[in-house]
Amino acid sequence: MSRKIVVGYDGSEASRRALDFAISRAGAQGDSIIIAHVLEWSPYSFLTPNEIEERHQRRKEELQRAEEMLIQPMVRLVEAEGIPVSTAMRYGHIAETLCKIAQDENAALIFIGRMGHSGFTSRIFGSVAGTLAQASPVPVTIVP
Amino acid sequence: MTHFAKRLGVPAALATLAATGPAAAQGLDEAVNSVFASSTGWFVSFIFSSFPGTSFPWIVGWLVVAATIFTIYFGFIQFRAFGHSIALVRGDYSDPNDAGEVSHFQALATALSGTVGLGNIAGVAVAIGIGGPGATFWMILAGLLGMASKFTECTLGVKYRNEYEDGHVSGGPMYYMTKGFSERGVGGGKVLAVLFSIFCILGAFGGGNMFQSNQAHAQLANVFGDYPGWITGLVFALIVFMVIVGGIKAIAQVTERVVPFMGILYVGTALIIILLNYDQIGNAFGQIFRGAFTWDGAVGGATGALIQGFRRAAFSNEAGVGSAAIAHSAVRTNEPITEGFVSLLEPFIDTVVICTMTALVIIITGQLVTDPQTGMFVLNESGDAIQTLSGNSGVALTSAAFSESFGWFRYILALAVVLFAFSTMISWSYYGLKAWTFLFGEGRTKELVFKVIFCIFTWIGAAASLGPVIDFSDAMIFSMAVVNIIALYVLMPVVKTEMNSYLSRLRSGEIRKFA
Repeated sequence: MSRKIVVGYDGSEASRRALDFAISRAGAQGDSIIIAHVLEWSPYSFLTPNEIEERHQRRKEELQRAEEMLIQPMVRLVEAEGIPVSTAMRYGHIAETLCKIAQDENAALIFIGRMGHSGFTSRIFGSVAGTLAQASPVPVTIVP
Repeated sequence: MTHFAKRLGVPAALATLAATGPAAAQGLDEAVNSVFASSTGWFVSFIFSSFPGTSFPWIVGWLVVAATIFTIYFGFIQFRAFGHSIALVRGDYSDPNDAGEVSHFQALATALSGTVGLGNIAGVAVAIGIGGPGATFWMILAGLLGMASKFTECTLGVKYRNEYEDGHVSGGPMYYMTKGFSERGVGGGKVLAVLFSIFCILGAFGGGNMFQSNQAHAQLANVFGDYPGWITGLVFALIVFMVIVGGIKAIAQVTERVVPFMGILYVGTALIIILLNYDQIGNAFGQIFRGAFTWDGAVGGATGALIQGFRRAAFSNEAGVGSAAIAHSAVRTNEPITEGFVSLLEPFIDTVVICTMTALVIIITGQLVTDPQTGMFVLNESGDAIQTLSGNSGVALTSAAFSESFGWFRYILALAVVLFAFSTMISWSYYGLKAWTFLFGEGRTKELVFKVIFCIFTWIGAAASLGPVIDFSDAMIFSMAVVNIIALYVLMPVVKTEMNSYLSRLRSGEIRKFA
């Protein structure tokens, strides 16, 4: 049975390693891949009146840029390997949104890259991997 | 809002400090002042004139009567929908697929940073100093009523805004005056809209800008010692220029982040002081209720308390002025009424919470001198205000009350005033610009002209003491309320239809929380 693997991809080298690993696993096991890109966003941040007016426009541009620059090249890469691929782009808290995507898409696994933050920064700010480990509804693979 | 403190006869200390323009500019100041005073004085006196035989300005009556009518017409919506408003701000009803769009919380926070300011700090002290603790009662009442005015104007602001192809939006009273009036087949919308825009532009230059930089300089000079105002003015003008012309996001973002923090710090400190003096809380509320209805020795007795309280609230939360309708209209929502619900929290936070905190701290720390024999308040030598422990009034009185418990607080307060002034300027530059583009059309050059003029006024505001000019621009802001409220009366049935439709869909479960 074909499973779905959600890969958190943000254009970084770490996320690229996660995607490469996902491609090799999916190729071997006959799984499909969902390339997930989360744009960090909090509805509780503060904006100026001008930013509020332009927000709708900016959001469209941000999504379009992410689609063209980040997502599409990777989609072509995965397709070239003959692996079924789809995408998910959303705004929100990164780890929480990845969990949500996994749930909504009925995915079996989440793959992310290890960002290599020192213990100190991730203790202060928290890390995506740490939050996922605690909150993910499906098994999480962290690719070093 | 901060500039009305002046109208309320702000502290002599502030006024003297504000008057410290460079000596060379003195001659020019006087020339400008006299020209302005002679040509616009009649308008200023008209706007701020009192009902015959009272000291109750008719414009305050106009605002409070309107707020009362909206409250009754919408069936006390500010109380019925209060819980729902909070649920909206928390995002319970926001579609997760719309993440990345402006949230209700963001719209509210931005609008609030434009209204919370010196008025909440200095204006309340002036009101209590003259009207006694009883003024607090009437201030809270007027704040509660004002919630209905905000609800009405912000719903209309969203409903009749212009949405352009590239996705940006322009809204505000001038748009509901034109589009709303023609939809209802009522004439005169265009005239009202043009009048409103003119008042709004002039109000933005003056009260929303010059007075802000003027008072910010007064605060800085208070803390760091006296120095020429044009220095503050130039720095402020440059920073404002960088934000509104240069599009330097970082500065604006820092301000928008720090201002809410300052607000929370202010309320938090006030709460701590109130809790430290918990044995006085009962007594303070006793004074507030007694003073609201009976003679307690304050200027004008219970009537004086009512006048001062109503004035303070109306001047502080801008309900009915129309500025909030501009601020809220850019939010992304399919239901204009939801923005009305969110905006009704604004006078609540501004007046009912923050202004009341200031009042309670002043009362609880015993700043007002009473006669030990009679328990009545003692008036100062000139008899126009209650004698205070420190002899201060206005922002200095608030500062003294807070410093009683925490000596360092006056530095925080000074910083807060400067930041509040700055965020108010940024907000009003936006309101003014929207009115400007309504009159002259949108376009890079036209908008740049407005922004550059705005920055020049920022500089002049801190450098000079242009009393009559500032009086005039204050009068402009209240003239906005005159035309805006006329439009609200005409269009309130539209809001009622929206409200009934939304509430019935909410009751039937058609509008649901997103899990």
